[in-house]
Amino acid sequence: MDWQGQKLAEHLLQIFLIAFAITAFIVGYSLASFQLMLAVYAGGVVLTSLMIIPNWPWFNKHPLKWLEPGEAEKYPKPVKEKEGAAGGGTKKKGWAQDGFREYFR
Amino acid sequence: MHSFGYRANALLTLSVTILAIICGIASFSDTFNSPSPSASIQVLNVNRFQKLDDEVSLTLNITADLQSLFTWNTKQVFVFVAAEYETLKNSLNQVSLWDGIIPSQEHAKFWIRTTNKYRFTDQGSNLRGKEFNLTLHWHVMPKTGKMIADKIVLTGYVLPQEYR
Repeated sequence: MDWQGQKLAEHLLQIFLIAFAITAFIVGYSLASFQLMLAVYAGGVVLTSLMIIPNWPWFNKHPLKWLEPGEAEKYPKPVKEKEGAAGGGTKKKGWAQDGFREYFR
Repeated sequence: MHSFGYRANALLTLSVTILAIICGIASFSDTFNSPSPSASIQVLNVNRFQKLDDEVSLTLNITADLQSLFTWNTKQVFVFVAAEYETLKNSLNQVSLWDGIIPSQEHAKFWIRTTNKYRFTDQGSNLRGKEFNLTLHWHVMPKTGKMIADKIVLTGYVLPQEYR
């Protein structure tokens, strides 16, 4: 799913559940049947889950443009030169390790 | 919302929260019901009146119309008849004589003639010539929400002066 699809999924989830809850209550109250209210609501939950959980194509209308692997190799990530680092060293240095002065050099 | 698990979890929690809210509103809708129940009890006969710990056996004729207590959110109504009287030792004695469960509105208007289901005894020998009330209590048990209890007090019943 892409970002727009995720937003759509969240909106659909909230709107459909609340709409089904309101219809279920109105139906149950007017027909004086508690069981009917629960049945309508349960049906609504199942329908909503079928709508938003699987990865439907309408959730992927705005796909992300990932960088091609060939392009990525042309511009390698810069490696920072560190004085006093032993051997190959680690790529990342946490601020809590070896004193923070190294980090702020 | 980036994975199946995430969406399934969001759906589950939101649906259960909304279900709780619906049940709360359903329970609240019970306050709009203004019930008007009625009942009357006749003591047809005093069958036995023993001296050993003062036991009475009565035949009761219980008539009641509790149909207005039922709403769409009512599971059942538990009803019981209690005899209430005063003694020197206790200001209030309550003895349950009969109870029953009313499962639906159709059964709520009833007439029953029965001996007391549970023993009407006293702790002592205070029942000769005793004036007592018969109270019809009911508990309205909802499908969701708060249970409501109420009663009707019927006065003017007297036990005989002598054992028989």
